[in-house]
Amino acid sequence: MKTAVIVFPGSNCDRDMAVALEAVTGVKPAMVWHGESDLPQGLGLIALPGGFSYGDYLRCGAIAARSAVVPAVLAAAERGVPVLGVCNGFQVLTEIGLLPGALMRNAGLNFVCRDVALTVDNAQSLFTSRYAAGEQIVVPVAHHDGNYFADAETLDRLEGEGRVALRYAESVNGSARNIAGVLNAGGTVLGMMPHPERRIEPAHGGTDGRRLLEGVLATVGA
Amino acid sequence: MKLRIIVSLKPGVLDPQGRAIHKALGGLGFTGVADVRAGKVFELDVADDTSDAAVDEMCRKLLANTVIENYRIERP
Repeated sequence: MKTAVIVFPGSNCDRDMAVALEAVTGVKPAMVWHGESDLPQGLGLIALPGGFSYGDYLRCGAIAARSAVVPAVLAAAERGVPVLGVCNGFQVLTEIGLLPGALMRNAGLNFVCRDVALTVDNAQSLFTSRYAAGEQIVVPVAHHDGNYFADAETLDRLEGEGRVALRYAESVNGSARNIAGVLNAGGTVLGMMPHPERRIEPAHGGTDGRRLLEGVLATVGA
Repeated sequence: MKLRIIVSLKPGVLDPQGRAIHKALGGLGFTGVADVRAGKVFELDVADDTSDAAVDEMCRKLLANTVIENYRIERP
């Protein structure tokens, strides 16, 4: 499976994501600079990595969301190419409008950097098919602005449509309804604050993140 | 032409920064502050023939995230 990692100025998890994707797919991902206006053909997954694009100036992910590469990402998403946004990548996806809601400053105002327990709410999506519904997994978070906000009507709709993929098992950052990861209506775009690319090998302290990428590979195919 | 754009959180959106500032004011002994909301101000120096529609588009496309924020444009 061919994959691409979009690299913004200030991305800092792009190489971790690349190593994780190569470990799972056996193919080195294309690293695509934000100024490119085209993506490689035949991608099975586009990853927007974590980091602090543009120094988090204006709002987290806001300036990255207006990059030259974004129309190509939107067009690919429209065609059904899976898109995974992690941490800053999730913030970018909400700023682009591929996912509803917004990520605000953590309720406790502190940067939170630790392992957190997540509950898999929807194990039917292409990202979560390797988990059992209701399963608890452990994946680290590292963010200052992960407090998911959407109005009550949007939250009800997301829950009703099974679009809450992952929830924090306990309050981590003040997120509405403890939401940690959200799917688009088609289930092909996932944004999540926790870092699955940091739980790929046993040496990372666990492999719970690996199964997310394996799920994509299993669905999209080699 | 100089413009001032004020971006503020929509009512009902939790503002952890405003809350921390509120607490700090209380800690300094200022009483009677019912609430604090933090926002942003942008000062733009634009060409005199910049249309209202263009400024509005700047706000909607970049300066404000209208999911969580309102904006107000002040002209001199």
